[in-house]
Amino acid sequence: MKINYLLIIFLQENINTENWLSSPGVIGTIVLVFIILFLGLFIFIKRLNIYVDNLNKSRKNLTEEEFEKRLVNFDEEKVNEILELRQQGFNYKQKPNTIVRESKNSGFIKKIINPKNPLFDEKTKSTVKIEISKELRQIVIWFLSAAVFWLIFGTLVGQYVGMKFVWPDMDNTSWLSFGRLRPVHTNTVFWGWASMAMIGLGHYVVSRTSNREIFNYKRSKTAFWFMNSAVLLGNLFLMAGINNGGGEYREYIWPIMALFAIGLVLIFLNFYKTVAQRKISEIYISNWFILASLIWTTVLTFIGYFPDYQEGLGETVIQGYYMHQGVGMWFMTFTLGLVYYFLPSSLNKPIYSYSLGVLAFWTQMLFYTLIGTHHFVFSPLPWWLQTVAIVFSAGMFIPVFAGSTNFFMTMRGSWNHISKSYVLPFFLVGVVFYFVGSVQGSFQAFRFTNYLWHFTDFNVAHSHMTMYGIITFLMWACIYSILPKITGNEPPQNLVGSHFWLAFIGLFAYMISLMVGGTLKGLSWIEGNPFIESVILMENFWVWRAVGGSLMFISHIIFGYNFYLMVRKKEGTKSSQKQQLEAQTN
Amino acid sequence: MLNLHKDHKNLVLLAFSVFVALSIGVAIIPAYQMEEYEPIPGQKDLTAQERRGLNIYIAEGCVGCHTQQVRNIEMDKTWGERPSLASDYFYSKKRMDIWRQSPSLLGSERTGPDLTDIGNRQPSEQWHLLHLYNPRLVIEASVMPRYSWLFKEVDTLDVKDDDVTLPRSITKMKDSYIMVAKPEALDLVAYLKGLQQFSFDDYEPPMDFIPALPKTENSASSGASTKKSLGASLYQNNCAACHQTTGRGVKGAFPPLAGSLIVNNKDPEKLIKIILMGYDARQEYGVMSAFADKLTDEEIKAIADHERSSWGNSAPKVPLETIVKLRDSINKIPKTQ
Repeated sequence: MKINYLLIIFLQENINTENWLSSPGVIGTIVLVFIILFLGLFIFIKRLNIYVDNLNKSRKNLTEEEFEKRLVNFDEEKVNEILELRQQGFNYKQKPNTIVRESKNSGFIKKIINPKNPLFDEKTKSTVKIEISKELRQIVIWFLSAAVFWLIFGTLVGQYVGMKFVWPDMDNTSWLSFGRLRPVHTNTVFWGWASMAMIGLGHYVVSRTSNREIFNYKRSKTAFWFMNSAVLLGNLFLMAGINNGGGEYREYIWPIMALFAIGLVLIFLNFYKTVAQRKISEIYISNWFILASLIWTTVLTFIGYFPDYQEGLGETVIQGYYMHQGVGMWFMTFTLGLVYYFLPSSLNKPIYSYSLGVLAFWTQMLFYTLIGTHHFVFSPLPWWLQTVAIVFSAGMFIPVFAGSTNFFMTMRGSWNHISKSYVLPFFLVGVVFYFVGSVQGSFQAFRFTNYLWHFTDFNVAHSHMTMYGIITFLMWACIYSILPKITGNEPPQNLVGSHFWLAFIGLFAYMISLMVGGTLKGLSWIEGNPFIESVILMENFWVWRAVGGSLMFISHIIFGYNFYLMVRKKEGTKSSQKQQLEAQTN
Repeated sequence: MLNLHKDHKNLVLLAFSVFVALSIGVAIIPAYQMEEYEPIPGQKDLTAQERRGLNIYIAEGCVGCHTQQVRNIEMDKTWGERPSLASDYFYSKKRMDIWRQSPSLLGSERTGPDLTDIGNRQPSEQWHLLHLYNPRLVIEASVMPRYSWLFKEVDTLDVKDDDVTLPRSITKMKDSYIMVAKPEALDLVAYLKGLQQFSFDDYEPPMDFIPALPKTENSASSGASTKKSLGASLYQNNCAACHQTTGRGVKGAFPPLAGSLIVNNKDPEKLIKIILMGYDARQEYGVMSAFADKLTDEEIKAIADHERSSWGNSAPKVPLETIVKLRDSINKIPKTQ
């Protein structure tokens, strides 16, 4: 939570709950929410357009009945003509190693379109298969399979935990209680889903942009086992009631987090050596972000777990630093690196500005590192530390603007891709959330908004805007853009579409209900009402949160199925190894 | 010079060293500084039992919903007499054992109330046990999980002398069974009861709350209505946890106030005495703590008036002089506890 302590000192503005709606932070946040709403409408209208187009087209098309009628009414000459064409097709012999499209009347059926179902009309398949080595494909699929598993598991837990707000008596089992499952949810989606997905996609990016194979695939596999066993063991320990001390994202005890850190170091060395032996002279900007995020996160984990300075409130200083950097230096940085590669490549054009990317990189490091303490404003932490955090929170505008401008300008002129596939909509939502989520965080820098929102459910809405709206949507965009190209299997558009819309609408419902509820809760506290009233007023908002969460969870199951369709073995093809692998990893 | 676009070694080294330098400045040095704080003179360390309770508090993830920090802003006044200080955490935030670090007690979310001063606010052991066993027995609207695994079913015949039991009528036990608190539950309750903000007594608190500057123009017009609800809100904050908002109490644990002879008595003396001094006269109910130090005479009057005019009760208002007089007479009694 960002809050501007300086404002408190210098502007003796009145905190007045009467006109809370007109406070700048609240207005700003409402504007940002409308941006998301318009984004949804924009994509929806784009898609609706094609739907209507197709509907018109298919109206003109012949229905089956008309077709039969015409068939009966054909004159003999026309029938002979058609039969002759067909005869040509029978006589046609395909030469080996040629493309089918060679002859117009070859008799091959190229595509079956059901004119009665224009909604789910199959778009022209854009898939150009990219040939990559078997090892690279295998390691990408390993990590992504684990990621998908953790996503479904982690959000199932999240969904269950969210329902407990509505039905607190759902169960009486110690290891299923809210306090123990909450960290299971957060840690699984952090270290399981998002981390595995990023590393899997990272292998592809590092290898492609260095124009060579990954240095050592065995090492990546070792890292894979280290990291996944960390998540598995960590969750079992959490459910058994063994946690490090309750600090967010630091709940795994150190021996378990050490496993994860070993994985990080292995991956870093592997990527670093790959980049070092690259076959092109420049280091592509993606690799800057990816290498840096790996090394920063290793440092971060060490600082976060090293005990010497963590007695008393020293722990709280480190906690603010750790939980903020966990998001900023690991997820945000790595994901930006991936987007710098996958966004331009999926649009088949270069990134808008390379230097803007470099600027974003260095400012990300400078500003993000310094602002952890803004989670503990008004707390007994040193005043200067809070001030630094607040000043540099405002500085965060620079990397955010640099990054989002770069992405938007890259997308400019390619809006038609929205109607062709769902890759761009996923990117678009992720990038808009990158802008909105970060700026919204800074709006909480106003005195009144922090006063209003800190400690309420608004925090939960904010963290889902960022970890879900930004990171998860961008992961999906990258996966849908690359996986069909390396496996040759594309999932049906209607399934990808339902994944997109369920996730988007679910997230919107989730975030709005908690934002409104959190605001009312904060107002109730400021009014000095008895605490229990703030619990009672949240009731309906928690129901809506659970509804939104359910939509999100259903979308993940669809995504899991799409993922299966993308990596499954095609009958008669050689990738039987891949299937074995799925059996191993799932 | 550094040729970052082409020299991967310089790039990684630079990113690494700047990050480490910034981290030392913004995290490690301030963390070491925070360790230099000393306890407030007179502040007590946790007992062994309280420390075991703290461990359970962490293991069950209580910090996910409960904060333990009174911020220096006005809305936090409900949670303590003064804003929290670094020294307040001197004893509680120590490394737990070799596997687990110092607990993150400050918290980041208030789904439940702040617990900095819960030991003062709610000193009754019976209340805490019932609340842990099933929060909805004592607070109807609570969404807190049940911690029933901290209790065990025992045959009444096997109950030992020092076992702490829950009232059979509320826990709806069958046959001759009764709920007995496991040691873990007692440890946790000991920890919660020990959570009392250290009071500076006569000293000025070192920091004051940043006021919320309540609506000045508005207070005149709505003054009447706020005055009316003062008793109700004081009751809600101080009494409702046990006696319930409905005034019906909890059968077998906390007596009802609705229709109570003591509350409705024309002579309010006994009611006021109970509020001031606490009450432990009846076997079937939990102990009530004294409120003389926590509430002013005006506040006690507001609460008493509220109790005497709600839930079908109708008794005359309590004159303020009665309360002043009773308080004086209580103060004259030598403390012989």
